[in-house]
Amino acid sequence: MTLQDDGPSRRKVLECMTWAGTGVLWTVAGGVPASLGLIDEAVAQQAKGFTFLQISDSHMGFDKPANPNVKSTLEEAIARVKAVPGNPAFMIHTGDISHLSKPSEFDDADKIISQAKLDVHYVPGEHDLIDEDRGKLYRERYGRGTKGDGYYSFDANGVHFVGLVNVVDLKGGGLGNLGADQLAWLESDLRGRSASQPVVVFAHIPLWTVYPEWGWGTDDGGQALGYLKRFGSVTVLNGHIHQVMQKVEGNVTFHTARSTAFPQPAPGTAPSPGPMKVADDKLRTLLGTADITFKQNEQRLAIVDTPLKA
Amino acid sequence: MIRTSLLLRWAAIAVVMPLLVVSAKAEDVTVKIDNFVFSPQTLTIKAGTKVTWVNDDDIPHTVASTTQGLRSKALDTGDSFSFTFTTPGTYKYFCGLHPHMTGSIVVEGATSSNAPQ
Repeated sequence: MTLQDDGPSRRKVLECMTWAGTGVLWTVAGGVPASLGLIDEAVAQQAKGFTFLQISDSHMGFDKPANPNVKSTLEEAIARVKAVPGNPAFMIHTGDISHLSKPSEFDDADKIISQAKLDVHYVPGEHDLIDEDRGKLYRERYGRGTKGDGYYSFDANGVHFVGLVNVVDLKGGGLGNLGADQLAWLESDLRGRSASQPVVVFAHIPLWTVYPEWGWGTDDGGQALGYLKRFGSVTVLNGHIHQVMQKVEGNVTFHTARSTAFPQPAPGTAPSPGPMKVADDKLRTLLGTADITFKQNEQRLAIVDTPLKA
Repeated sequence: MIRTSLLLRWAAIAVVMPLLVVSAKAEDVTVKIDNFVFSPQTLTIKAGTKVTWVNDDDIPHTVASTTQGLRSKALDTGDSFSFTFTTPGTYKYFCGLHPHMTGSIVVEGATSSNAPQ
């Protein structure tokens, strides 16, 4: 476990983690944005606030039974993105753009995602760094102006955004890994910033421990969260687990987005976290995108997850 | 019918067995990667044995370790990777993409009768 023990509330969260396997979501932990899933309210907020989008886990090149046509579902997701009201500022992609890091897979992703006509801020997933040169293709395409294996930060509308890489140099028996260099960079990146500035951190593997038995967590994620502790509003956005999970701990809201390619099982409900084959008419209810709206003077960002098909 | 085929199988094994014993080469062994598990997870072999990992999952995996050469490229569904263990010892390895997947190969010294060279 990498997160700080916050007493009773921590215990409650752990309790919920064990329930997650039977389908009870993080909402039980309390504090989840009230607008979650309430489209009308979210649209009203979008009219006043600053909205960006998250897509994740496109897995271009995947062709197995769980979804033999991942290009179609990515196209549908982008069509949806184009229809989002309120002029979203940009998009973040939380990794696994490709399935096998092939140039043709990155090409397909770029061709489809660029149709949204939005700036896209990427972080890599482990599937994006498995070319012969271990990530050279990713860094050439998406790594301009980034540090290390592709981490960086930027500001937009008064919000500080940090893209982290936790899929490199993984240790046997371990989880996701940020590494000492990246942590030192993060600490200095945040130093001197006003604690009242909202921070959004995004990375591929969840920075919080979702389910270590399946590797769903980041070994040194707690250290990164330690640097973020003094900030009044922190939102952590991840992918990797191909399903929506959410929890709030203190000032930090954790959230994972759906994949646009294939669903994965809820923790512990299957022998492995591998692609989950569902009935054809159910697939699109388990794939989708997320809209995140920041409203001035509100601590928590409103996150609305929208499936490709309701 | 069943009894006949079983008998035939035993007869075939009886013929093959002596060949294996005199063979200087240790038998090749396969480790399956299935449902995010290396199986068998711990494998004990004689020095000189070639181990082949085969990925049966719909997701790529790798074989990674700190041992020189015991590191595969990403193995897509159906891909395999082989490594011949010549030195006795315990070799721990993991999947470089899903490092909670771990396994180990225990290499025992070859007996004098079937040592490779």
